[in-house]
Amino acid sequence: MLGKLDWSAIPFDQPIPLVAGAVVLVAILGVLGWVVVKGHLPYLWHEWITSVDHKRIGVMYILLASVMLLRGGSDAIMMRIQQAVAYQSQGYLPPEHYNQIFSAHGTIMIFFVAMPFVIGLMNLVVPLQLGVRDVAFPTLNSVGFWLTATGALLVNVSLVVGEFARTGWLAFPPLSELSYSPGVGVDYYAWSLQISGVGTLVAGINLVTTVLKLRTKGMNYLRMPMFCWTTLASNLLIVAAFPILTATLAMLLLDRYLGFHFFTNEAGGNVMMFMNLIWAWGHPEVYILVLPAFGIFSEVVSTFSGKALFGYRSMVLATMAICVISFMVWLHHFFTMGAGPDVNAIFGIASMIIAIPTGVKIYNWLFTMYGGRIRFATPMLWSVGFMVTFIIGGLTGVLVAVPPADFMLHNSMFLVAHFHNVIIGGVLFGAFAGFEYWFPKAFGFRLDERWGKAAFWFTFTGFYVTFMPLYIAGMLGMTRRMQHYDVAAWRPWMIIAAFGMAVLTIGVICQIMQLVVSIRNREALRDRTGDPWDGRTLEWATSSPPPVFNFAFNPDVRGEDAYWDMKVHARQQAFAHEEPEYQDIEMPRNSPTGFVCAFFATIMGFALIWHIWWMVILGGLGAFATFVVFAWRDHDEYVIPAAEVARIDRVNLEERRSLVSMAGAV
Amino acid sequence: MSDETHLTAHHDLAPGEEEQLSVGARILGYVVGLALALLLTATSFFIAGTDLVWQPSIPVALIVLAIAQMGVHLVFFLHITTGPDNTNNVLALAFGLLIVFLVVGGTVWIMAHLNANMPPMDQIMMRQ
Repeated sequence: MLGKLDWSAIPFDQPIPLVAGAVVLVAILGVLGWVVVKGHLPYLWHEWITSVDHKRIGVMYILLASVMLLRGGSDAIMMRIQQAVAYQSQGYLPPEHYNQIFSAHGTIMIFFVAMPFVIGLMNLVVPLQLGVRDVAFPTLNSVGFWLTATGALLVNVSLVVGEFARTGWLAFPPLSELSYSPGVGVDYYAWSLQISGVGTLVAGINLVTTVLKLRTKGMNYLRMPMFCWTTLASNLLIVAAFPILTATLAMLLLDRYLGFHFFTNEAGGNVMMFMNLIWAWGHPEVYILVLPAFGIFSEVVSTFSGKALFGYRSMVLATMAICVISFMVWLHHFFTMGAGPDVNAIFGIASMIIAIPTGVKIYNWLFTMYGGRIRFATPMLWSVGFMVTFIIGGLTGVLVAVPPADFMLHNSMFLVAHFHNVIIGGVLFGAFAGFEYWFPKAFGFRLDERWGKAAFWFTFTGFYVTFMPLYIAGMLGMTRRMQHYDVAAWRPWMIIAAFGMAVLTIGVICQIMQLVVSIRNREALRDRTGDPWDGRTLEWATSSPPPVFNFAFNPDVRGEDAYWDMKVHARQQAFAHEEPEYQDIEMPRNSPTGFVCAFFATIMGFALIWHIWWMVILGGLGAFATFVVFAWRDHDEYVIPAAEVARIDRVNLEERRSLVSMAGAV
Repeated sequence: MSDETHLTAHHDLAPGEEEQLSVGARILGYVVGLALALLLTATSFFIAGTDLVWQPSIPVALIVLAIAQMGVHLVFFLHITTGPDNTNNVLALAFGLLIVFLVVGGTVWIMAHLNANMPPMDQIMMRQ
């Protein structure tokens, strides 16, 4: 009846996951109870859960990423403590639990923190920057988000029902095959990624289409803000790379469920093919994450230096070059697999070449700052912190791109330090910069600068104290993923790293405090004009938060930095005083399709993991039926009358006029 | 979001979206495509079993016919053209081909070199 599922799946003998699970469960039930009692449920359902508004979906993506960041961060704290204490002892985490923690940490941080964070920011900002009213496929957008949430939910369910994979975040066979991992851990891993992978793919298709097909009047490709370009490149990579991940995991699942032999040791399977395929996805994946971050830094550096981006065209070229070259370097993840010098040399050189367009970008940001009137607001701090940190990470990357050096450093703590250096210093700093920069746009009030700066300095310092010792430990020969060790020379570095983790944790607490304080003081921090940073791109041309239709009129773009151009002209000609002629606007209707689809996908995923076949069929039929109902819908748009558009838009125009006249007076 | 589609400077068509052609011309296009596809398929089956041609050329011929088949599908059924209204589709196709070439070609090359650091098998045998 329930497949492999019985009471033994709940780890009653392990206090840590049980207590953590219980706390989370109580917190979720508490929040749900509060929502129901206070009568917020209809609001939540109509305004958020069924919303197809790209801004709302973007915010939900970022919320998901933030919650999962806390989960993945807790895993990191546990690992750092374990390695600090497990010298000549077993530490406090038994091996099978420790292995689950590092696997979950990697999986969560990449798939359920970094991915939703950057996709959320792209969702929130790109249609606004392009001057349009929504993404190309609004309902599909909602489906994509909720499928990602399904994947995250399944990973968290594994904490208390069954177990998670003990294989590392990429589940290399033969360890991940049935003979060595007979439990449900790898199945949790694979099905969560299959389901959330579909969500990511549709998000990618949606954003590519949006950038290519929906641009406002005069928004040529070479007038698009840099963030739109990096969004295009990143989502092209999603569309090209994620099918590889899906196919590879599908083959692993066929091995595990139906006795196939794609990656087994016996019967002609080839383990190396898995490494090859998973990294053919895995390397583009790191550029999927970091390219949008590059776009965020471009916007932030340009805005806070008060200058147009230096070398815009070279930046576009560098972005697209990275987009293509990122598909030519994947072997550098397995130089040690046995390929000869020909193959290793070519891929090593390709890996070094990709540092060139990245270097072009760094110089462009520096020259943008050069001669600018720089304001060191929190987003700018994150950007400068990124430049310093990412150069170190990039240089250690070029170092491990040299095959002979890689033979020494492969799978060592040096490698762990390197990729944390680029992912934290690149993607996470970028996500935080974007969060601080666009928060006023999303919610209509700025974030508290003092707490923001404290969060930056603690995170920045904490990062260096945590990860620089890991470089040294790697040089001293320490391999990654060690549950305990006996080498005295590594011990001090592990203790320093654990101390650094504490500093990082203070940074996270500051970030949470910033949110709390800002929400409490929101009236004082209110952004009335919609342009709190003296911005240059179109998202600042509308109110904060933007109305559901974004723009009463699709803006007319006449050059790069479209909004800066408009402000200059408005000041000179004062033509902002004309009353425009408002028209009706058609907007897509909200739809529960995404949520219902993901609900059935969750049931199906859970049933597949536990081999409950009748429930698999139920979930599959439910998801398909949801799709059919949506496909046969009669009405998918509603009309906002011109009078309503005028009422909403006038309020914002009033504020803007006072801003322009004030600037004129100065 | 119908009003935005008018705004983009280059109005182009998605695959499957029909241009304003008469029914007759469209049917003619599909019939020609079907005929060509059938012809190429029949030729492939014929070549595979024939001894009329030099045997090692058969795989090459099959590959050429398969690529021609893809071309027929793209032109007659997916309506990829070189016209300015098709730029995005052609670029998407080119990007897809490039990625497939890199990943498939790279994989074949990598997997063929896996044993480069192994001593030849007969030496291992001799030592035992």
